[in-house]
Amino acid sequence: MSKMTKDHSLGFLQRVLKHLALIIGSIIMVIPFVWMFTTAFKPEVEVLIWPPKLLPKAPTYQNFIDLFRQAPFFRYFMNSVLISGISTISILLISLVGGFIFSKYRFPGKNFLFTVLIVTAIVPFESYVIPLYTTMVKWGWINTYRGIIAPYLVMSFGIFLLRQHIGSTISDELMDAARIDGCSEFGILTRIVLPLSKSSGGALGIFAFTQAWIAFMWPLLLANKKEMFNMEIGLTMFQYRFSTNYSLLMAGSVISVVPMIIIFVVLRRQIIESISLTGLKG
Amino acid sequence: MQGLRLRKYSPYERSRILFCYVMLLPIFALFFVLRIWPIIRTFWMSLFDWNLIGRNHSFIGLDNYAMLFQDPQFLLSMKNTFLYAGASVALCFVISLPIAMVLAKKMRFSPFYQAIYFLPFITPLVPMSVAWKWIYDPMYGILNYILSIFGMPSVGWLIYPNVAIWALIIMNVWKNLGYNIVLLMVGLRNISPVYYEAASIDGAYGWKKFQYITWPLLKPMILYVVVTSTINAFNVFTQVYVMTLGSQAAPGRAVRVLLYDIYENAFRYFRLGYASAEAVILTIIVIALTVVQFKYIKSEV
Repeated sequence: MSKMTKDHSLGFLQRVLKHLALIIGSIIMVIPFVWMFTTAFKPEVEVLIWPPKLLPKAPTYQNFIDLFRQAPFFRYFMNSVLISGISTISILLISLVGGFIFSKYRFPGKNFLFTVLIVTAIVPFESYVIPLYTTMVKWGWINTYRGIIAPYLVMSFGIFLLRQHIGSTISDELMDAARIDGCSEFGILTRIVLPLSKSSGGALGIFAFTQAWIAFMWPLLLANKKEMFNMEIGLTMFQYRFSTNYSLLMAGSVISVVPMIIIFVVLRRQIIESISLTGLKG
Repeated sequence: MQGLRLRKYSPYERSRILFCYVMLLPIFALFFVLRIWPIIRTFWMSLFDWNLIGRNHSFIGLDNYAMLFQDPQFLLSMKNTFLYAGASVALCFVISLPIAMVLAKKMRFSPFYQAIYFLPFITPLVPMSVAWKWIYDPMYGILNYILSIFGMPSVGWLIYPNVAIWALIIMNVWKNLGYNIVLLMVGLRNISPVYYEAASIDGAYGWKKFQYITWPLLKPMILYVVVTSTINAFNVFTQVYVMTLGSQAAPGRAVRVLLYDIYENAFRYFRLGYASAEAVILTIIVIALTVVQFKYIKSEV
């Protein structure tokens, strides 16, 4: 009896210690966010004080007004939405078709083409921006949406993901049954595969959208005019101009972080699952 | 040729194969223009003395590579990138493994902790770099304030190259911790409880269980996490650009990393061939890491 209670209290103590350690860790993880948010609502005089105070004494949203007056952040935001949106649609479409073909058909040259896809998945994008950039110069695509979006139209990982998903959800019998009913190959794609791929399509969509949203080096090269900046470049250049005005900079950071945090809060489970999926493919 | 080989297929099969080619044609056209051709061209350009302005590019074989290994800027950026990748991946792994082991078990608030630790991974890099720059501010930054509470002197975090690289490493650990935790949790949850039960019957517990069950069965996932994080770390650019922008005469002076060196050589000095050679070296490093991973996973299966 006494041994049991001892075990029990030891287990309790252990649990408390675990939670305590996890909470301390969590605080460290959120400090940058909290510090960013509270600074964004501080008047400038409250920022450069020692010792620093976490909460503003006289909270204000003036920084956000100044922000939009100083730089076209709304335009940056819409550019990011446009770039990420088109990129996501294109990647979803290509991955659906590519995944379907590679999982359900046999044709001469299949292995070769698939190997090519794997190679493009391994080589990091940044290592071949130079020839891509000279091509854009040649085509006159600098400072255009086409040029900024182009490299984000394809993602080999998307084809792998949907190939795996379609391979495991859609049986050959189902496809044969559809063919007997007079369905064309293209009809199988649009009427059977498309509706059944919504879940992994959703995960891929989130992945593709965020990937284009955080694009940095490419838009930095392609966009030389303010009107073409995405959020990331807009904020970087803004940072350069106002490098000492931290309350203004934090306001800018807040508006570029908030959309992603909202998406994360709403789709937390799917996002974490989609990241786990990338690990399972190995 | 293709027609001859197709003759062995039935008309049904032939129409299906045609369908495949028609569907894949636009896809591979895009992949060719946006991925395959640039990859090939990078290797090709690295063999030339290639400038953006001049039209006559002269073939110089491997001279660019020979020059690179005598270029102190390049060697410094290699050293920094290796240190950055090695230290941040090691630190991140050592911190994330115990957290993942605690969270992988049935536990109250586990999804909540998971979300908190994961949050930095999904937030865009530029705003977070700006926020960290403010944390690292030598005069009014919160980090130096926290240090001062413990009686430690102020540190010029982003000013001295030796310190700045560690500032970047800390931020990278903070950013990728959640990614490591989530993947390690997947690995841990895939270990069948049967093994642990059997081990308990044999009288193994605690450290022994970890040593003989958890570690060997988790190895493939550990390898995957370590390799992908290392590759990501080798591609570090955004943080360096943002956090060192304006702090010195030109961005990237305080901490020079490989991608920054490529960026500057290619787009500031227009030494495209030279920068391509650097890019090829980056590609080779990444491919080597991936090959190690594939080999290991194959040998395990």
